Amino acid sequence: MSEETDIIDQVVSQEYKYGFTTDIEMETAPKGLNEDIVRFISSRKNEPEWMLEYRLKAYRHWLTLSEPEWQNFSYPKINYQDIIYYAAPKEKKKLNSLDEVDPELLKTFEKLGISLAEQKRLSGVAVDAVFDSVSIATTFKEQLKEKGVIFCAISEALQEHPELVKQYMGSVVPYTDNYFAALNAAVFSDGSFVYIPKGVRCPMELSTYFRINAENTGQFERTLIIADDNSYVSYLEGCTAPMRDENQLHAAVVELIAMEGAEIKYSTVQNWYPGDKDGKGGIYNFVTKRGSCEGKNAKISWTQVETGSAITWKYPSCILKGEGSVGEFFSVAVTNNAQVADTGTKMIHIGKNTRSRIVSKGISAGKSHNTYRGLVKVAKKADGVRNYTQCDSMLIGSHCGAHTFPYIEIANQSAVVEHEASTSKIGEDQIFYCNQRGIGTEEAISLIVNGFCREVLNQLPMEFAVEAQKLLAVSLEGSVG
Amino acid sequence: MLKINNLHAEIEGKKILNGINLEVKPGEVHAIMGPNGAGKSTLSSVLAGRADYTVTEGSVELDGKDLLEMAPEDRAREGVFLAFQYPVEIPGVSNTNFLKTAVNEKRKYQGLEPMEATDFLKLMREKMELVEMDKSLTSRSLNEGFSGGEKKRNEIFQMAMLEPRLGILDETDSGLDIDALRLVSNGVNKLRSDKNAFIVITHYQRLLDYIVPDFVHVLYKGRIVKSGDANLAKELEEKGYDWIKAEVAASI
Repeated sequence: MSEETDIIDQVVSQEYKYGFTTDIEMETAPKGLNEDIVRFISSRKNEPEWMLEYRLKAYRHWLTLSEPEWQNFSYPKINYQDIIYYAAPKEKKKLNSLDEVDPELLKTFEKLGISLAEQKRLSGVAVDAVFDSVSIATTFKEQLKEKGVIFCAISEALQEHPELVKQYMGSVVPYTDNYFAALNAAVFSDGSFVYIPKGVRCPMELSTYFRINAENTGQFERTLIIADDNSYVSYLEGCTAPMRDENQLHAAVVELIAMEGAEIKYSTVQNWYPGDKDGKGGIYNFVTKRGSCEGKNAKISWTQVETGSAITWKYPSCILKGEGSVGEFFSVAVTNNAQVADTGTKMIHIGKNTRSRIVSKGISAGKSHNTYRGLVKVAKKADGVRNYTQCDSMLIGSHCGAHTFPYIEIANQSAVVEHEASTSKIGEDQIFYCNQRGIGTEEAISLIVNGFCREVLNQLPMEFAVEAQKLLAVSLEGSVG
Repeated sequence: MLKINNLHAEIEGKKILNGINLEVKPGEVHAIMGPNGAGKSTLSSVLAGRADYTVTEGSVELDGKDLLEMAPEDRAREGVFLAFQYPVEIPGVSNTNFLKTAVNEKRKYQGLEPMEATDFLKLMREKMELVEMDKSLTSRSLNEGFSGGEKKRNEIFQMAMLEPRLGILDETDSGLDIDALRLVSNGVNKLRSDKNAFIVITHYQRLLDYIVPDFVHVLYKGRIVKSGDANLAKELEEKGYDWIKAEVAASI
């Protein structure tokens, strides 16, 4: 229908409102990757010797690998010698408080809706702000410290708590895991570190905001969250980047460790620059995220709302070792224009009576492609495993695609594994019905899509659920089929 | 308030309406009857603005405004309400949220502020009582898993909430048992006033025992071929449509 084309045309005209750049004096490493660059990054961070050794081992391993090719999309070869691996705003001296942070940086985060001034923050949310390769500021550190909670930049944790970092880094995602994990282990620059002590319920939401600003740089952050016995933490990450014609690589690694009875809730609202309507520019979001339920009755819950990036390629996963541990994955992935998403999860059931639940909602519009890829694996000795998977796809317009690749590997007969999948198109009947009640087409789409994603949005912390809903509406602005 | 003048409409090149003339005044109820394929549902779709239909000739005015020029949502905001024959399901969207959006969009169009949450809930309660709507239906997803009868009652409830100037009931009686039919009809009767009007499209006379029309029109081959009062519906019930078809054939 002509109306459909009109509206698809309109989609294209939507704007990415975080596309500005910050003009600030930067210190950058020379372009390209070699052992000297790895040493340079490590020395800039004043890292202990073992960390440098680890990085070099990872780098040498990376050299032996080649880029994976099993994904359901293609992209131009990345020239790893054409990337800047370290970019940081120039610091005059060591910062002692927020007041000393460059006002230009504070303004940048202000503009992104992330106020670093504690009194202005949403009460109950502590923020770590990462700008290109470094953490700028972490709020509410003192209040958290009273409870014994450590929340800081990973570079700082390497100085203050090296034993914790050494013990856990690479324990869930070893540098040998995959091509991008190896690269990250070699050149990671910053990210967040969280430790929740035994029996502590973290008194506020922890949040990291990642911002790519510099040109030609890659962002390689590393996040490590450890929840000790019977503790609880809810963590949220958000991300944006300027509009640039070149693709930029974001290859992060996130590791979660939940001990006996501990619960980690990890939420992502990903809004990297998606590129323009023809797919020019945008972020390659190639990320390895994995959590391990180490102890009995531990629980890890991933919630993601993915609306940005030219290409999203990631599978936040759970290794369910502890008896009775629980893994959850709730995902909304929206692709529009020329965007691509190949995302899902792996649930690896090793312990007895472990349970997992997967709810994936993919929404494709424009010429985009949206793939769910997931693995449910049950080990031989894992008795009494249960899994429930639900994959729903929604298509808007007739030039996009939705794909589902569920893999199931079961070595124990007692497992109960369920998989449900559906594909629907936003019906003209649904839109007309809304129209007939006085609801305009844009609003109708937003209503229908939010309804479609409700199960997942309900998992987000309150403060962010509203943000995420708005983001969905903006991402799909004008996309009617 | 509603003036339909020589309305012609087609879908995918097939002519369905061949010159409809109808005037509806405030306070009136008009029943439109006719055999299958006469164009009854097309008429309601064209009035509501469904994009599949093309109007090739004629005009429709609502309170002096050109209805055919307006987008479907603006027609709704001007007071046209269509109770659908097959209401759609919208998973995950609660009835309450849907209606709140609808009511506030209409208010925005009228230059009013959105309704306060407490006022809105109060209005919901009042209207639920008025049309004897089951409370549990409002918190469920819109029409999802509703029985046929529940869907139709939900349409009437929405109509009560939106207080239209012109309510069009498109075969609202189809698929209803006698109890549901009575409930739906009672709801409509309570909404009748001298400020609004209704067009009741139905295949059977049964519904008109409950919603008594001021006028009955017979639609055949895309035209109104006979008009009368409520007695015409009874005559049709007794004699069927064949005698009308014969009359039309004879007059050509």
